[in-house]
Amino acid sequence: MHFLRIPLRTGFDAGERFLALAFPANANPLLNLGALGFFFYWIVTVSGIYVYVFFDTGVTQAFASIEYMTNEQWYAAGLMRSLHRYGSDALVFVMLLHILREFSRDRYRGVRWFSWVTGVPVLLFIYIAGISGYWLVWDSLAQYVAIVSTEWLDHLPFFGQPLARNFLSPETLESRFFTLMIFMHIAVPLIALVGLWLHLQRVSKPRINPPRELAIGTALALLALSAIYPATSQGAADLAKVPGSIGLDWFYLGAYPLLETLPGPVTWSTAVTLLIIMAAIPWLPPMKRQRAAVVDLANCNGCARCMNDCPYSAITMQIRSDGRPFEGEAVVDPDLCVACGICAGACPTSTPFRRLSDLVPGIDLPDRSIAAIRADVEDEGARITGPARIMIFGCINAGVAMACRSDNVGVVSLNCAGQLPPSFIDYVISQKLADGVIIAGCSENSCHNRFGARWTADRLASERDPHLRTRVPRERHMAVWAGRLGASMLRREIYKLSARLAALGPFKPKSPVSGVMAAEEKSDA
Amino acid sequence: MPSLTQYTGQALLYAAFAAAIGTLASWPEHAQLPAGSAQIKLAFNHSGARVEDCRRLTAQELSKLPSNKRKPNDCSRERVPIAIQLMIDGNLLYEAVLQPSGLSSDGQAKTYQKFTVPAGRHVILARLRDSKRAEGFDYESKFEGELSSRQNLAIDFKAEQGGFLFR
Repeated sequence: MHFLRIPLRTGFDAGERFLALAFPANANPLLNLGALGFFFYWIVTVSGIYVYVFFDTGVTQAFASIEYMTNEQWYAAGLMRSLHRYGSDALVFVMLLHILREFSRDRYRGVRWFSWVTGVPVLLFIYIAGISGYWLVWDSLAQYVAIVSTEWLDHLPFFGQPLARNFLSPETLESRFFTLMIFMHIAVPLIALVGLWLHLQRVSKPRINPPRELAIGTALALLALSAIYPATSQGAADLAKVPGSIGLDWFYLGAYPLLETLPGPVTWSTAVTLLIIMAAIPWLPPMKRQRAAVVDLANCNGCARCMNDCPYSAITMQIRSDGRPFEGEAVVDPDLCVACGICAGACPTSTPFRRLSDLVPGIDLPDRSIAAIRADVEDEGARITGPARIMIFGCINAGVAMACRSDNVGVVSLNCAGQLPPSFIDYVISQKLADGVIIAGCSENSCHNRFGARWTADRLASERDPHLRTRVPRERHMAVWAGRLGASMLRREIYKLSARLAALGPFKPKSPVSGVMAAEEKSDA
Repeated sequence: MPSLTQYTGQALLYAAFAAAIGTLASWPEHAQLPAGSAQIKLAFNHSGARVEDCRRLTAQELSKLPSNKRKPNDCSRERVPIAIQLMIDGNLLYEAVLQPSGLSSDGQAKTYQKFTVPAGRHVILARLRDSKRAEGFDYESKFEGELSSRQNLAIDFKAEQGGFLFR
């Protein structure tokens, strides 16, 4: 799957960077696809409820009632009808992009299998809901959809008599069919909503609402489209005639020309195979996972920062089991842990300054421990030379830092930018292992582990524990959210920081005797 | 705070999004039938005759049965296949022997077929055999008329209404 993911990921990265030219980082549409999907779902629900008030079920009444909405009440029900249709198209559009993006970022395997697998039936339900909606209009498109759908279903050996016989001629069609369809059109989206609830069960702090500016922008775009190019019916259905040229909604009905022309066994086996592959994709092949984070009770004071910062809800706090006088202890669920290391970055005991005891934090990754990171920092610090030495802490998911390694630039890899305890910046500068520090992570708001970049930025800004001590000179470090396509951006920032560090000269710690240190320490406390 | 250029960019991107949605919501168009063609749909469900005739039980046989199971006739479940033939302008369009459905072959035989023909005047002859006879047909109906472009001529079969129905 790697060969599919890489070009897709490059495409999405390029798309994100392009959209970032116009949108603020938090409102980049490609970073809010799931939330936009929810938003369009609600637009479709609200507009659907309004349209339902005026809709009449029946062979002739259905079309007539929709024509009334479109022509007589175009300013309200007509607009709502268009919004209902375009909103559902937008829902499918962002949903498909959401699936592709999560796939391209390898966010569907390992512990994330649950969200992926529960998303598959949601996709199916949204399609069933949309397609059933097209039947209700009972225009020539509805006739086409109804006949092709039922003919396709009739390939299954379940039905006593062909469903498509209901649409054989005007005499064979009954109004009760519309009652069944309206029931489906309402019930299936509700089932999809339950599926969406399940879909988010293993997502910590899920973002189900897009930023306000994005919500307003997309809603206005759909509203403008509805007003300028309203959805209209395509002539009343007439079973005595085969529909002529029909305007297909390719978001929902893209496969219909194939269903119509290819043999049923071929289309059914293709559809079932695709569905099975899609559901099984998290195990094709399974993700090679690092070992889950482990808690060292001797160093855990039950502060719960790791639990608060974990993006996967893999950590819970439980009653202390070792009798020490703390409120609780962290417990890791290995099935949910992806070994991102954000918990270790949040732990107050993850400080590289510890020398009297082994560097064993309260929570740590066995395969990429804080002690190993400190060892790498010291090795790189000993290697780099020059007047403006820079230490880069690079997230392996962003993957661009290593390309910038040079005589004066050391690189230490992290599983996520959030794995870095801020005290490491202090350590590098105060121990003169480098003159400046760069944290290089995924592009803004696009963290592979969702919150790594955000928590890091908050920690550096002293807005989230653990804070970066105020004694650390801010002009000597920076975070670069460059992402995979950001090598040139990172090099540019390295160049800028080098120039700044050269001008600043070597770091000179302030003397505690001057009292400044004492004052700062007081404010840190 | 985004700049004016960024707002303009956003407006253009929202417009492109709306245009993409609006366009793909109904374009490109799709035609089911080639121009100047009509469609004939043959679809029906029908049970053939029983493979074995029903036998009337004697009074003695009936008396041996529990009172709630005393049906006067003993009938086999299996039905004969249905033979169907459709001719258009003297040419064979469709011919099949439809097997009864069900594990015991006691259900209705069914078919649903679509044929595309050139629009124009046609003579369509539909024949069906549902009895135990080996040759010939039990029902035969003829349609003679003009099929307009895109017309859908449905051919149904209902024995209780006399056989084939051209609609």
